[in-house]
Amino acid sequence: MQYTLSILVENQAGALSKISGLFSRRSFNIDSLAVGVTNDPSVSRITIVANGDEYVVEQLEKQLNKLIPVIKVKRFAEGEYISRELSLIKVHSSSAKRFEIIKMAELMGAKIIDVAQSTVTVEYCETSEKTKTLIDLLKPYGIREIVRTGTVAIDKGSATAAN
Amino acid sequence: MINGADIMVKCLEAENVSVVFGYPGAAICPFYDSLYNSDIKHVLVRQEQNAAHAASGYARAKSTVGVCVATSGPGATNLITGIATAYMDSIPIIAITGQVRSDLIGRDVFQEADITGACEPFVKHSYLVNKTEDLPRIFKEAFHIATTGRPGPVLIDIPIDIQQNTIDEFVYPDKVNIVGYKPNTKGHTVQIKRALELISESARPIIVAGGGVLGSGSKLKLVEFAEKTGIPVLSTMMGIGVMPSEHELYMGMLGTYGKAPANRALHEADLVIVCGARLGDRAVAAPDQMGQRAKVIHIDMDPAEIGKNVKTTIPIVGDMKNVITSLVNEIGDYRVPQEWSETIREWKTELLAIPPTFDGYVEPRHFISKLSSMLRSKAILVADVGQNQIWCANNFRIREGRFLTTGGMGTMGYSIPAAIGAKFARPTRDVVAVCGDGSFQMSLNELATIVQNDLAVKIIVMKNSRLGMVRELQDNNYGHRHSATILNDAPNIEALAKAYGINCATANSNEEAEKIAQEMVKSDETFILVCNVYPDTPSI
Repeated sequence: MQYTLSILVENQAGALSKISGLFSRRSFNIDSLAVGVTNDPSVSRITIVANGDEYVVEQLEKQLNKLIPVIKVKRFAEGEYISRELSLIKVHSSSAKRFEIIKMAELMGAKIIDVAQSTVTVEYCETSEKTKTLIDLLKPYGIREIVRTGTVAIDKGSATAAN
Repeated sequence: MINGADIMVKCLEAENVSVVFGYPGAAICPFYDSLYNSDIKHVLVRQEQNAAHAASGYARAKSTVGVCVATSGPGATNLITGIATAYMDSIPIIAITGQVRSDLIGRDVFQEADITGACEPFVKHSYLVNKTEDLPRIFKEAFHIATTGRPGPVLIDIPIDIQQNTIDEFVYPDKVNIVGYKPNTKGHTVQIKRALELISESARPIIVAGGGVLGSGSKLKLVEFAEKTGIPVLSTMMGIGVMPSEHELYMGMLGTYGKAPANRALHEADLVIVCGARLGDRAVAAPDQMGQRAKVIHIDMDPAEIGKNVKTTIPIVGDMKNVITSLVNEIGDYRVPQEWSETIREWKTELLAIPPTFDGYVEPRHFISKLSSMLRSKAILVADVGQNQIWCANNFRIREGRFLTTGGMGTMGYSIPAAIGAKFARPTRDVVAVCGDGSFQMSLNELATIVQNDLAVKIIVMKNSRLGMVRELQDNNYGHRHSATILNDAPNIEALAKAYGINCATANSNEEAEKIAQEMVKSDETFILVCNVYPDTPSI
């Protein structure tokens, strides 16, 4: 089971290492992790996507809550949140294939941010599932490099992680 | 103007700290210089790990927080095992370490170690101080965090320049405000109500009491609850002392090395009320099965303990004292069914085993039981780790005193430094450390600390010239191949005691051991009693 957690932490030195250390220490697996400051500059938000059964997730939430800098842990419920990750994908492209690649990327809602003699670089901001689809479509042309951020997530509607 | 080091001392004074255990070094020198003028007693140990153990013994014996101090680098890394031990046993200690100058951190200078990083898995919280003006707030928070909620160690790492820099004035905050730390102290009323219903419907309930009952000071409340309802009580190793051993409702320690009546009761129970225990593998080997046989009410301060090892029917998160008080007040006239009480009583007599005695040796289980009655009622017995721990756990007849040991971490060498801490905490009580000849040699350097402070700590060494517990494992599981578990006869403990100026005697029979122990208990001097123990004596 894959789940997404939002963790609000006090923005202080060592907070991130305390949290990321917890995963290896208690042998939890992380798929992705993203950190950034929130609207309150003293608070950072960490979004973690991880795998495990109900027991693991519950333990993880409890252990995270025990860390002093952690203010709030929230597990997103299926279908009630919006998630995005940013990918930059550099694809091999001969001049013959260039327009085909650009067309396909645009069809998927991606942006072309760089074109060179033998490559096209695509920017994509979507869910991890759609990102996977785009990568699969681009694979046959030859992917030179992929850079992805971790997933960030936000509640649908008026709900927020803090309440 | 006041410098950081003076602030540190003032913070300790503001927290009513009267004793600290430590070992100086260059990076903590400013603090030691300020300490020189203070009324706080500093106890110089002979290795930093023992400063942390002594702080743990002190904290437990006095129901307060213990403080230990070390310098940067190796001083700090030596503390780690002691800090980790306090973490696993949920003991509130503050560890203060010196650190190299702030502007040199990260450059691998002399005696530099990333101690906050290294201790991360073993502390409740840690601070690397980067401004002198933060010291009062950090000390206030550290003491608050260590002692509230589930207790545990907090580390404060202080670079030498932070100790030297000055600020205008010292103001100790009277409140803490940590947004992410608000332990829930009151148990959920609905959960308590459900628990009461479950208890009322149960035919064969038992209570399993752990270290959380002692740590929260709820011992007497628990006894009241047990007596009011007639529910039998078992304890984990950390919970020994929740009830006098001779209490008719007390069944002894449970688990792999526990008492047969206790394990039988756990097996037959239809309701297990777990109080402040994590139920690790040594306590309950197959927690899944326990969850299938019986319903489980789990009361704990730490929500993360609930459901971690044992499936729980009703979890109650909250301060033990508050929760048990509610149970006592609201249980009404429920009494355990007569049949269960009688069964339990029968097991207690039926399953009582008397150990055989070997000529020329002291039988340790027999002797510990005898020793219990020689000591005064509030005696503190500190057991080390190994067979000696099990012999003590199962045979020390505790009355109003304490049984201190490291049940969670199982750190060899704990008993002597912890006994030093306990004696500083309770100077008028009998304090006895029991160890094996293996564990004795892990902290025998602390004999010097005992002598320097004129502490009437009594040490009993169960000498079998073996690492007995591992050897027993090898006998049972590794085809009697005694790989690295045979000690030689060294040292000659009597000669060693003489070198330290400590009285010492050796016993080769139960009678001899009892006779020497009588003398030892009467004397108000330090004493080492060496009991020669038959090498094949089992743990239980």
